Amino acid sequence: MNMEILKVRNIEKSFEGKQVHRSVSFGLRTGETLGLLGHSGSGKSVLLRSLIGLEEIDSGEIFYHDQRIDHLDEEDLYPIRTKISYAFQSGALFDSISVFENVAYPLFEHTTLKESEIEKKVMDILRMVNMEASHDLMPSDLSGGMQKRVGLARSMALSPEILLYDEPTAGLDPVNVELVLDIMKTFKQKGFAGIFVTHDIPAAKKICDRLLILKDGVIHFEGTPEEFDRSQDPYIKSFSSMP
Amino acid sequence: MINQKIRSNMILMGEITELFCQFLRCLYTRPFYLGRIYEQIVQLGIGSLSIAIVIGIVTGMVMTLQFGYGLAKFGGTLYVPAIVSLSILRELAPIFTSLLIAGRIGSGISAEIGAMNVTQQIDAIRALGTSPIRVLVVPRILAAVISLPLLATLSGFMGIIGGLIIAYTEFQMPVGFYVNKVLSTIKFIDIFGSMFKCAFFGLVISLLACYRGFQTTEGTRGVGNTTIWVVVRTSIIILISDFFLTKLLILLFE
Repeated sequence: MNMEILKVRNIEKSFEGKQVHRSVSFGLRTGETLGLLGHSGSGKSVLLRSLIGLEEIDSGEIFYHDQRIDHLDEEDLYPIRTKISYAFQSGALFDSISVFENVAYPLFEHTTLKESEIEKKVMDILRMVNMEASHDLMPSDLSGGMQKRVGLARSMALSPEILLYDEPTAGLDPVNVELVLDIMKTFKQKGFAGIFVTHDIPAAKKICDRLLILKDGVIHFEGTPEEFDRSQDPYIKSFSSMP
Repeated sequence: MINQKIRSNMILMGEITELFCQFLRCLYTRPFYLGRIYEQIVQLGIGSLSIAIVIGIVTGMVMTLQFGYGLAKFGGTLYVPAIVSLSILRELAPIFTSLLIAGRIGSGISAEIGAMNVTQQIDAIRALGTSPIRVLVVPRILAAVISLPLLATLSGFMGIIGGLIIAYTEFQMPVGFYVNKVLSTIKFIDIFGSMFKCAFFGLVISLLACYRGFQTTEGTRGVGNTTIWVVVRTSIIILISDFFLTKLLILLFE
């Protein structure tokens, strides 16, 4: 539990002169789920995207185990992205292929499994997210919550070491929020580490081992959910009292 | 103002060149997506067959009518098969086919990739450890470069058949005479030149469509603007580059 598998050191990022991140540093340990919270526009999703090179950073370092990955070329990042998976806020499913094909896509691309083995694995994963009955539907036939669950299934198809969740509960009704949180708990029990970007403080407290609060481009708070509750910091107090 | 315009055009050229270099690099490094290339040839090429056939036949019929009545005044109806077949094979079929295909597949490719971009599907391809260039660009460019010359050649031959129909029905020209005249006029280089030009046009259409698709922002409105940009730019480039390619072919082979 103590080994840091992902290390972020002094990340700086700006867009057209506006500084989004200023010297952001943190680490993610084996099997740990880290909650990344902050107001809208605080740069949570940009930070998450930066971790796998979907967004270029201006300066700083990112290490996956002991390998520095922030300066790698796009092609060199592909093997890393099979180990650090990303679940998009919208699901970002490929809309011209079915649910089954979406989940099977990374398996066809990165494994030498036979078609029958892939089929079995995909159905197992879809069962885990309670979507096996919809395997032959197109993404446009699914509700927002279902699309997010399929997105989660696709992101875990290659059994990555780390899962990055970009607001997986945003815009969902309470039933779907619970469903998604249950899926995340299952992943966690399987030993996946994760970073959970969210506005949803109760959800983050349920799932996460540690919470990071991003404010004005820096990590304003880092601690366990209990430390977050006990914090006397005025910003944390106002943040935690948000509905 | 002018400096800014020059600068933005230089950046545009640089980015398109970079995309083209990435495409070339993907041609000789693994993985190859042969299934996707076949899929795109079916979609872009076979899907455009009817357009190519209609353009060809109609152009051939109209050209024969115009030249037939025009040359009849000077007793030159006999030259109609040669003039029609050469003009259709060398110029009209490649240009008309390319312009219509620019509208059909140029807008299709740019709208598809543009929509994928604004819905984060391109990011998803990258996040899943695969290259959008290999998955999306390479199959589309190869399909366009392979399909367009074949479509234009088919269109050209359909034009000759269209001309034959009018020459026979309107000018009572014997079929054997028409066919003999056509066969003695057209040379391999006419067909090769047409195919060469169309391969270039196919590259321009698909490369610009893919490039612009990747640049698409601002949701559905952005997708609409992208398709307009692609159709207008590719049509202009096709028409201008046709002159220079024709000049090059004449310099090399005549």
